[in-house]
Amino acid sequence: MADVVAVIASTHHPFYYRASRATGDDRPPFADEWVAKIERFRETLTRASPDVLVMVGSDHFHQFWLDNMPQFLVGKAPFYDANWYNEEREFGLPKMRLAGDLDLSTHLLRNGIDAGFDLAFSNELRVDHSITCPIITLRPEADLPIVPIYTNIFAPPLPQPSRFVELGRTIRRLVESWPSGLRVAIIGTGHLSLELGGPRQFGPHGPDPDFDRKAVQWISSGDIEGCLAQVTLDSLHAPGNATHGFMDFMLMMGVAGEHVPADYVDSLDLFHTMEAYFTWYPTGAPR
Amino acid sequence: MSKYLLDKFLFTVDRDPELVERYRDDPAGTVAWWEEHLANRLLGCATFEASTGQAFNEQERQALSTHDYPTLFELGAHPFLTLTLFIAMFERDHDEPLGFQLEYAARLAHHSLPYPDIST
Repeated sequence: MADVVAVIASTHHPFYYRASRATGDDRPPFADEWVAKIERFRETLTRASPDVLVMVGSDHFHQFWLDNMPQFLVGKAPFYDANWYNEEREFGLPKMRLAGDLDLSTHLLRNGIDAGFDLAFSNELRVDHSITCPIITLRPEADLPIVPIYTNIFAPPLPQPSRFVELGRTIRRLVESWPSGLRVAIIGTGHLSLELGGPRQFGPHGPDPDFDRKAVQWISSGDIEGCLAQVTLDSLHAPGNATHGFMDFMLMMGVAGEHVPADYVDSLDLFHTMEAYFTWYPTGAPR
Repeated sequence: MSKYLLDKFLFTVDRDPELVERYRDDPAGTVAWWEEHLANRLLGCATFEASTGQAFNEQERQALSTHDYPTLFELGAHPFLTLTLFIAMFERDHDEPLGFQLEYAARLAHHSLPYPDIST
């Protein structure tokens, strides 16, 4: 069976690519610290020596639209082109192409559906920055096959937070039952408090630093029960109007397991939103 | 009221570089053209398989035709779509980094929770 050699949860900040490459007067004052933190975070994946990456993210109205909106979707394609014109325009993100792992996609779909998740699928999926930002930060060689899993954190009605946690638990179980000798890392990205297109956007910090502190505590300690007791679809409006992206962190808490503390925790208080990085090693920390 | 159609306008314009420029330069003309030719287009289908009943009400048409993003926010247009398209059109007019984004926030500053419902 496959080994889950790393579980990684991260924010996906589309400004990182440009900020990390900027020079001279164009380089923002926070870039050096940000790059240093990302390089340390990247090492946590590199040390796990993965063969395949399961990538949990969310389409930002790129391929999925309100005339046909999946709640949870698994990519089932031999390759995934990546990034869209408006991401190149706004964030300077490059066009990319990532290989797929059809065998793992097929396994997750068949067994996920049988486990009670009526997963949608896509045979031709162009992924966006929720998938490519963690590739850029954690595996810039972009040389490993992926299975993208998309969640709807964007277009209400949304699934309940508990459903995200349960899907995470299911993904973990299914990857561990994949008849393969490969080493799999499960990586998911979301947001802490975040406001986009509202009055609290682009402030000097994330819109709700108190929520961010609580969120980092929930995630780093694996406090799923405490998190679920305080987070609802309604409550997530309060920290910022785009904070439903936090449910992808909750999904990753389900992957990592109840009361399993993260082996690596870091954060960076940026303008606009707080960055946060977590790694777990289910099979023990690599040497 | 059709939040869906507002979102469909923002979505289809934002993903087309030519339409972004056209909407920036001629908002009223672009909205009129879009409502006549694209409002009923079933995306991803042959053009003759169109819908038949999509139309803006006057308030929605007016808000789009005047680049009035505070009113789009009040009408429940998806804030991510509005923000992304308006950054594409107007960030270039500001010298300071995030100048447009901060102006945008200030023009919405009179809103408190709960914000307008964005459910479609």
